[in-house]
Amino acid sequence: MYSFEPTEEQQMLLDTINRYAVNDLRAQAYDADEAGELPARLIEKGWELGFLQASIPEAYGGFGDRSAVTGVLAAEEFAYGDLAGGLAVLTPGLFATPILLAGSEEQKQKYLPPMVEAEWQPFTAALIEPSFDFDPLDLHTTAVEDGDGYVLNGVKMYVPYASTAEAMIVYARLGDQTQGFIVEKDAPGLKVGERDKTLGVYALPLYRVHLEGVRVAKSDRLGGAEGHEFAPILDASRLAMAAMAIGLSRGAMEYARDYAKERDVFGVKVAQKQAIAFMLAEMATEIEAIRCLLWEAAWMVDSGKPEASKFAYLALTGAADAAMMVTDRAVQVLGGHGYIREFPVERWMRNGRGFAMLNGLVVI
Amino acid sequence: MIEFEIPKPIAMTNNALETVAINMMRPKSRYFDEHEHEIPWDYINFMHMAMRQTGAGSLAPEEKKKKTDEQGKERPRIGYQTLAFMLEMLSWGDTGMYLVTPGGGLGAAAVEAAGSPEQKEKFLARFKGEKPAFGAMAMTEAQAGSDTSAIRATAVLDKETNEWVLNGEKIFVTAGHKALCESDGLVVVWATIDPTAGRAGMRAFVVTGSTPGVQVTKLEHKLGIRASDTASIVLQDARVPFDHILGSAEVIKDPTTKGFKGAMATFDATRPLVSAMAVGVARAALEFLKEKLAEEGVEIRYGLPRTKLTNIEREVIDMEILLRSAWLLVIKAVWMADNRKPNSMEASMSKVRAGDIVTKITQRVVELMGPMGFSRDYLVEKWFRDAKISDIYEGTGQINRLIVARQVLGYSGRELR
Repeated sequence: MYSFEPTEEQQMLLDTINRYAVNDLRAQAYDADEAGELPARLIEKGWELGFLQASIPEAYGGFGDRSAVTGVLAAEEFAYGDLAGGLAVLTPGLFATPILLAGSEEQKQKYLPPMVEAEWQPFTAALIEPSFDFDPLDLHTTAVEDGDGYVLNGVKMYVPYASTAEAMIVYARLGDQTQGFIVEKDAPGLKVGERDKTLGVYALPLYRVHLEGVRVAKSDRLGGAEGHEFAPILDASRLAMAAMAIGLSRGAMEYARDYAKERDVFGVKVAQKQAIAFMLAEMATEIEAIRCLLWEAAWMVDSGKPEASKFAYLALTGAADAAMMVTDRAVQVLGGHGYIREFPVERWMRNGRGFAMLNGLVVI
Repeated sequence: MIEFEIPKPIAMTNNALETVAINMMRPKSRYFDEHEHEIPWDYINFMHMAMRQTGAGSLAPEEKKKKTDEQGKERPRIGYQTLAFMLEMLSWGDTGMYLVTPGGGLGAAAVEAAGSPEQKEKFLARFKGEKPAFGAMAMTEAQAGSDTSAIRATAVLDKETNEWVLNGEKIFVTAGHKALCESDGLVVVWATIDPTAGRAGMRAFVVTGSTPGVQVTKLEHKLGIRASDTASIVLQDARVPFDHILGSAEVIKDPTTKGFKGAMATFDATRPLVSAMAVGVARAALEFLKEKLAEEGVEIRYGLPRTKLTNIEREVIDMEILLRSAWLLVIKAVWMADNRKPNSMEASMSKVRAGDIVTKITQRVVELMGPMGFSRDYLVEKWFRDAKISDIYEGTGQINRLIVARQVLGYSGRELR
């Protein structure tokens, strides 16, 4: 059967996140963007909503089960508030969710309960690389087997909270596979470089990370000595990115809509001009259509459909384009004001540009 | 709970329809495209027989008793969803031929939406008879397309005979000729019973081939969907009995304008179905391109960043996104209709999206086929021509944008003209 209705539980979660998104994330987004940092209390408050904790089973200290559908619903709401803040709140998931999806029993026992029970802590992951042809399935960073472990070499970029992270999953090419390796903060050869300067998400601290002969024990390969499948992690990242692209787009569309209903022009509201009204109609249609695509892909992941990876890829590709189309038009609807930093739409346009290339900033 | 599993009954029907599309439609597509105004009776008779046996096909699923499963739990309604799948598949076969599928069509949908129980019984029985019959809707006039309130056709009650006397000329009546001349069908004609009342005066009247004063005066020659007849109908003192009016005979000059709303309610239900047809054409074109690419050994590598994709891969991937997202929007709109949720916005969104993507995809596929895209050796050029009507009939893309915009902005028709 088809259904487009979240469950009651999902709806409650959405309402909770939405309140936080509007009252906290959105309210503080401008200051955070200007300052280039997010207040610790803001992130902690988001963490306390318990979204990640609810996606981890009781056996590992959590109180629920992971669902890709619930994940995309939640991620949309976080990004509706603010992308940088939402990514920050979800950063520990970059570490915890891959362990949940692909980790060995030992890794799950070791890392998940303390993370879930504690306050927000900077655990993170390093996937993205500073190259034009960055491809999660064809990394430049290498892992080479060496005696009783592996040696990692390469450069990563846009690693959230790398400078303070307790531990991170570093993704590297091992043979022809992408594999994750757990690297603790004091590992010799792990060098956190400068903070990356970016087009968007100014408030989110992103760092360059250098791996210079970092040794990793076999037991610290994600999934243990046998390794793991990478596809479920990549799917989870694509869905999360796509959902955040939709959330950001929805925020931009609604802001432009409300502005257009207030702004006077030639004796009417600017929204009463078809040139503007039609833009808004197309923005709303785009969001609605791509959200359906995203929900179907998430449902496929939850249902174990063989074509799930392809559809997660299509959903992210579509959502990344939608975010550009919608945020560009939101700026246009505001005209000159759209270009001014006191209005949020220019920030959303900058933030929206990353979705097509930055797979790996979030995993749910 | 959010889910996307195709309901089992729909999946089964879909297989049967695919066989029809492949065996009865595709082989005749070119012939009926090149022989405009010839009628594909083999297809019509076959579909009539098949639909009589299965009861499928009406554009307005009847209000049947709620179906229950073995445990007595109510089964979800899937009438409109079933139709969306059917129309998509048959339009994948040939959208022009789908349009001559016998049955009540838009005419019956209007009777279902605005008629009394007696009228439904009286007018709709003909579609379940031995012979195929067609229903049509006559709304458009030379000076009134999307602006339906500009209609000039009139209906005046002759109190002596208790008949409505209709005068006017209707154009672009899909299946109008088959409804009036080739079968015992009906046409629902929109006319005003009070030219001073605007939309409040608009009413629908059931007209049949035997109605005196009704004449089909012209069959259009078109860019595409040539298997489907597009008729002009002249009403010259055409007389129908009093009970052929759908809805009240009273003109109530209040802003609710019920007669007009009746027509618009029909469109909320049928718009996503027309969108489904557009999606079928788009899928036909995209699948054809992918088949040809596969024959040439071109493989689409899903999962690569755009930097690494070839242009053709990027084109195909982007078209798949457009196609799938449009289709799911159609599903959402009909799912809402089945669940009695107001779907005016989603219905129009689906039409905006489907009209956009079918024109874009068919245009792209023609180009990507190179010189062969321009050739009548393949059906690609035909689908390109067939596609454009999806952005025009049942509300142009622009009218549907207007409807979506009003919903998004919370504006009335007066606030956003």
